Amino acid sequence: MGAPFIKMQGIVKKFPGVVANDHIDLDIYLGEIHALLGENGSGKSTLMSVLAGLYKPTAGKILINGVEKKFGSPRDAIANGIGMVHQHFKLVEPLTVAENITMAEREGSFWLKLGKYEHELIQFGAKYGLSVNPSALVWQLSVGEKQRVEILRILYQGSQVLILDEPTAVLTPQETCELFENLRTMANEGCAVIFITHKLNEVQALADRVTVLRGGKVTGVLQRDEIETKRLVRLMVGRDVVSHYDRKNVSDGQIVLEIDRVNALNDMGLPGLNGLSLVVREGEILGLAGVAGNGQRELAEVIAGLRKTTMGTVRLRGEDVTNLSPLEMIRRGVGYVPEDRMGMGLIPELNITDNLVLKCYQHPRFSGRWLLNNREIYNKSTQLVEQYQVKIPSLEQPIKLLSGGNMQRLLLAREIANEPKLMVVVYPVRGLDVGATEAVHKLLLELRLRRTAILLISEDLDEIFKLADRVGVLSRGQVVGDFNVEDADVEEIGLLMAGSAKGVENDVCPR
Amino acid sequence: MTDQIVSILAATVTAGTPILYAALGELIIERAGIINLGVEGIMLIGAVTGFIVSVVFDNSWLGLLAAMVAGGLITSIHAFLTITLRANQVVSGLALTLFGTGLSGYLGKAYIGIPVTHPFAVQPLPLLKDIPVLGKVLFNHDILVYISFLLVPLLWMFMYRTRPGLLLRAIGENPAAADAIGAKVFVLRYVYVIMGGMLCGVGGAYLSLAYAPSWLENMTAGRGWIAVALVIFALWNPLRAMVGAYLFGGIDALGFHLQVLGVTISPFFLNMMPYLFTIIVLVMVMQRQGGRLTAPGALGIPYDREDR
Repeated sequence: MGAPFIKMQGIVKKFPGVVANDHIDLDIYLGEIHALLGENGSGKSTLMSVLAGLYKPTAGKILINGVEKKFGSPRDAIANGIGMVHQHFKLVEPLTVAENITMAEREGSFWLKLGKYEHELIQFGAKYGLSVNPSALVWQLSVGEKQRVEILRILYQGSQVLILDEPTAVLTPQETCELFENLRTMANEGCAVIFITHKLNEVQALADRVTVLRGGKVTGVLQRDEIETKRLVRLMVGRDVVSHYDRKNVSDGQIVLEIDRVNALNDMGLPGLNGLSLVVREGEILGLAGVAGNGQRELAEVIAGLRKTTMGTVRLRGEDVTNLSPLEMIRRGVGYVPEDRMGMGLIPELNITDNLVLKCYQHPRFSGRWLLNNREIYNKSTQLVEQYQVKIPSLEQPIKLLSGGNMQRLLLAREIANEPKLMVVVYPVRGLDVGATEAVHKLLLELRLRRTAILLISEDLDEIFKLADRVGVLSRGQVVGDFNVEDADVEEIGLLMAGSAKGVENDVCPR
Repeated sequence: MTDQIVSILAATVTAGTPILYAALGELIIERAGIINLGVEGIMLIGAVTGFIVSVVFDNSWLGLLAAMVAGGLITSIHAFLTITLRANQVVSGLALTLFGTGLSGYLGKAYIGIPVTHPFAVQPLPLLKDIPVLGKVLFNHDILVYISFLLVPLLWMFMYRTRPGLLLRAIGENPAAADAIGAKVFVLRYVYVIMGGMLCGVGGAYLSLAYAPSWLENMTAGRGWIAVALVIFALWNPLRAMVGAYLFGGIDALGFHLQVLGVTISPFFLNMMPYLFTIIVLVMVMQRQGGRLTAPGALGIPYDREDR
């Protein structure tokens, strides 16, 4: 194999309060497809952002062909032959493919010669099996085609190393298959391909080597013939026993939420939920694990009344509530902590009292016929802030100035204050530090003791094993598997999340 | 009757020219992603500066140059507020209009009623002026009209056929993407906003140095607002802006000639035509293109690199 093209040595990247990368070594050879595997927050994107020149490492060095290099910006990385395709494409939508690619060229003529250029692009793309129509407008392209344009642009700039950040997250199975063929062609042409992923089946289908990260550290580097699902899961999840919170068991309660073979479309008008069924009982936490994009948002929004179902029924305490409005669902006691707390959960510009009263301002206690009863609202807010130990300088402060942890506490306080019968929480501790995470978890467990039914949707297996009474996995718009937490096995859940368990068809094209 | 029509059409071109200059200026600014509602104020500053300088130095070209500089200077305030400080573009633009209106009235007070000794006079183009009908309509004007004839295709070529033009479109559509490929978004936005302001200044100076060579308080009489509407009407395309400028200019000219002919249409009705046309175009575009307006994607949104 010879000497590695890229050698990352002892890379450390610290953010305030977090060590995202903790002395990571990584070797990349030309002509290989290298997978970077890890759970969310394991530091893989950070590491690649360092390599692509977006972040400066706190310590450690990068050697290219044995020479140490320092990257001040993505431009420096590109000059050294390293380009990255981000999850959010950096393309100008109303311009054509050719315009987007020529835009990035350092030395270009004053006049655009698009006709000639387009011809060149087609030939260049053909070399790597990347077929694009250079005169098409970018906004008319499918997501997969846009990705191809990004890849083509990086190659056209002369990059030899291509980094892809979770490239398949937005692709259909067919597009994924096509992408993998293209990446293989590129590797055969002598490029190095690094792809970030948390899907095991992709590693198996594509990678020549894989580096597994957990908690900012390398837990293993495997060669092609060593790649084996169970081994990968162990390296990635890495723990044998999951610590539990000390908690009291609640006896089996009545069914609160029952979803029966529900279908719903996602934002792109494609099937998001495919005949999903589940049941949540009083005083029970049902934890749904799963890789993002498998119907998490669609499921939560269907329950909250924000998304219409196309088939099936949703029942709340025996009553058919399919496709009722959000207000009707709130009135029937559905609390909702959405994944996007700044976008959908709270209004960042409004102050704390306003945000707290948003869901109950119609209550006679808080409003008369025309006017809000500000004194009552103020008293209630003060009480909630004290009860939930939210640290704030003043109630008048816009909520966007608070930390993520305090925001989440306020959001939970508001939802709990409405005494919900059912609580839907999506990724409740995303972006929170350890202390805030624990506080949020305690609140959820308290709520459980008050016999609220809780549906917890999370990517974090640790969180699910700590909190849930029952565990299921969301995969392609369905709940697969249903275990009591005592009987659940991390590896089995991991396999179900990766979609490679028995009975579930492997969607990645075979080699 | 033919004479009548020819003279209405010729008047259409002169009436459309100040609007055309201002609209081209606004078009460049909006293509860079900035909304500028200060056009009316910038035109007035251009008109008064151009007038004063050409009276004092008895040189209309110098006046025109001064109008460009003044237009660029006053627009740089808008650039600073909206690009560097990321202030609300609508508020800043409106403030600029109020400021320009007041300042021009103050500066021009002593110059009301004074004539320009050498305004831009009509210079028929040899040969071309002899083309039947067209010669009288298009080639019997002052030099600023001819320059505008050249400016429109040049701007179009710049925007659609050159690399800097491609970047201009990119920074207005998606500054983050342009930034990512190494374009100097902030510098470019300054350049284009100030250039646009200079063109608006020329539009104003055309009024006080060629169209009606004199200074009157508020002499733009809403043409700046028509230019803003015209950019939308033209869907941010210079060629369509030219058509629109003459359409709106034609309404102006028609009103005048109809009065002479004794046809009574309320001038108030004619005044509202440009806006009515703009609304109609908007409705048509939204329906035909399935609600996809061709406005620059980042128009009106301050760009903040840290904001990911």
